[in-house]
Amino acid sequence: MKKFIDDLTVCSNRKLNNDYFILGLTSVKPLPAMLPGQFAEVKVENNPAVFLRRPISVHDVDYAKNILYLLVKIVGEGTRTLSFLETGNTLNLVYPLGNTFTTEDVKNVLLVGGGCGIAPLLYLARHLHNLKIKTTILLGGRTETDILESEAFRQYGEVYISTDDGSLGEKGFLTNNSIMAQITNFDRLYCCGPLPMMKVLAAIAKQHQTDCEVSLENTMACGIGACLCCVTPTTAGNKCVCTEGPVFNVKQLQWQI
Amino acid sequence: MADLKVKIGALEFKNPVLTASGTFGYGHEFQDFLNISRLGGIIVKGTTLEPRQGNPYPRMAETPSGMLNAVGLQNKGIDVFINEIYPQIKHFDTNIIVNVSGSKLEDYIAVVEKLNHLDRIPAIELNISCPNVKQGGMAFGTSCTSAAEVTKAVRAAYKKTLIVKLSPNVTNIAEIAKAVEDAGADSVSLINTLLGMAIDAETRRPVLSTITGGLSGPCIKPIALRMVWQVSKAIKIPVVGLGGIMNATDAVEFLLAGATAVQIGTANFIDPAISEKIVDGIGEYCTRHNIAAVTELIGALKI
Ligand SMILES: Cc1cc2nc3c(=O)[nH]c(=O)nc-3n(C[C@H](O)[C@H](O)[C@H](O)COP(=O)(O)OP(=O)(O)OC[C@H]3O[C@@H](n4cnc5c(N)ncnc54)[C@H](O)[C@@H]3O)c2cc1C
Ligand SMILES: Cc1cc2nc3c(=O)[nH]c(=O)nc-3n(C[C@H](O)[C@H](O)[C@H](O)COP(=O)(O)O)c2cc1C
Ligand code: FES
Repeated sequence: MKKFIDDLTVCSNRKLNNDYFILGLTSVKPLPAMLPGQFAEVKVENNPAVFLRRPISVHDVDYAKNILYLLVKIVGEGTRTLSFLETGNTLNLVYPLGNTFTTEDVKNVLLVGGGCGIAPLLYLARHLHNLKIKTTILLGGRTETDILESEAFRQYGEVYISTDDGSLGEKGFLTNNSIMAQITNFDRLYCCGPLPMMKVLAAIAKQHQTDCEVSLENTMACGIGACLCCVTPTTAGNKCVCTEGPVFNVKQLQWQI
Repeated sequence: MADLKVKIGALEFKNPVLTASGTFGYGHEFQDFLNISRLGGIIVKGTTLEPRQGNPYPRMAETPSGMLNAVGLQNKGIDVFINEIYPQIKHFDTNIIVNVSGSKLEDYIAVVEKLNHLDRIPAIELNISCPNVKQGGMAFGTSCTSAAEVTKAVRAAYKKTLIVKLSPNVTNIAEIAKAVEDAGADSVSLINTLLGMAIDAETRRPVLSTITGGLSGPCIKPIALRMVWQVSKAIKIPVVGLGGIMNATDAVEFLLAGATAVQIGTANFIDPAISEKIVDGIGEYCTRHNIAAVTELIGALKI
């Protein structure tokens, strides 16, 4: 897929709560085709403390309105600076980068998102819905404010929720959610979230011989396969998360699960 | 339009802008963003005799105005380069230079002997300065004797243009440059990364798996400029300058300090189209200053 370096225009910046916001970005040109799981390397301007671009997933694309959405969690200087963007500002992106989730040979799937890990999953849910694949969504987080976009997900399938403190949905880790009892019904799990959560989920999937794809968030410099900073060990040696990922089937990874 | 051509040894470059090893992949990663044939040259990733997996993740830490890397020469080895990568890139209408790395003298020799036969590789950059591998690498580049020894051996084995890449992690870089010149190098390039370190105070752990790593980006530019200036005064062979070049003005500064050509490294990560823009920017600088040939800028620092 051809990659672009483009200035997009901020058309919305919606604050979800103190930690999360969603940027809407548009362009005078039609946006390029993007696949679920792909990401953009975003240039953070006006903050000398931020040097490298920041990788952010494609959260959703509305081709009719020519808008790309990015869901961002404020964790440091880069993401904080992005949260100040206003309508009309420009944002420079190198995109679309990385691979995508596999959606062939599945009829019934479970999407599992922990906290900000839901970022790539909404666009995936839309895509699966278009392919008429039965989709169930499991969202988890520490507390209520980590559960994002559950209404948007409901357009595409049944939504299950877990919070560690029980403030929303079932109390406990999402890997203990009641839907997990039905894990063998699913042809594949798609998961994005904190690494420990993904590893527990991958272990459960393995136990039940259910296929599982995860999206990794290794730190990156270039995002285009040039620097080799972002590697993860796989059965075929070190692979770049930015070009051969971010989506991997757990069978490819050297996880001790 | 000014004449941007420069020469290193017998080799002509259409302009003085090259891309630095390890920051530009094999070139094809950047094809969507720029026209590679507009560059003076590309220097591909450090290539060793055997394939290498490099160091464990995490290999990167952002720093103020720069970054640390500890990639550790991950590459598929010279044979895969020759059989699989070279056929994909040899059509690029630019000078393709291979950065040759190793931990043993025999390995360097074995690699350059294989490169002698490739028509589209007119030069090598001998990396005796990688701070990220335990054995050799930088060890060769930190003493005059070993730098001269490896240069001499490679010179005897390699027929085409030989550029030796120097480490800044030394007390007197000009001395090393002189030793390398005397041993038969056609040119020296500098600087490789500076040895550095990053700590995560919250976890009380080093950020990099290797604890230390190589610092690059604009934070090293003043050091690189100073070294290019010192080295270019000390030797007669051409100097290729690099370290923190982010735009055409930075590149011109290196030429003024004495560099015949420059390399663009970490800047490629921030703007993958930057090296082509720097070619244009140097041209514009020449026009603005009524300079007919870019070679007039080399070492033209007014003191
Ligand atoms: C492919 C990919 C897709 C991503 N998608 C999204 C997304 O859609 N939305 C989103 O909010 N974030 C996403 N991220 C993570 C995002 O890139 C980082 O949160 C961001 O770079 C942090 O920048 P900062 O300057 O705010 O924080 P920094 O100051 O750089 O870091 C703040 C803290 O977070 C830690 N940290 C930073 N980056 C990472 C990382 N990649 N992994 C683990 N710890 C890290 C640092 O160690 C530090 O403790 C994605 C990452 C990748 C690789
Ligand atoms: C991720 C990364 C990988 C690198 N790999 C190599 C390498 O394989 N061989 C080499 O000689 N230099 C390597 N370098 C050093 C660069 O070529 C260059 O000397 C250094 O980064 C300074 O220039 P800069 O500040 O413009 O990046 C690497 C640098 C980075 C950032
Ligand atoms: S971030 Fe540079 S290779 Fe993946």
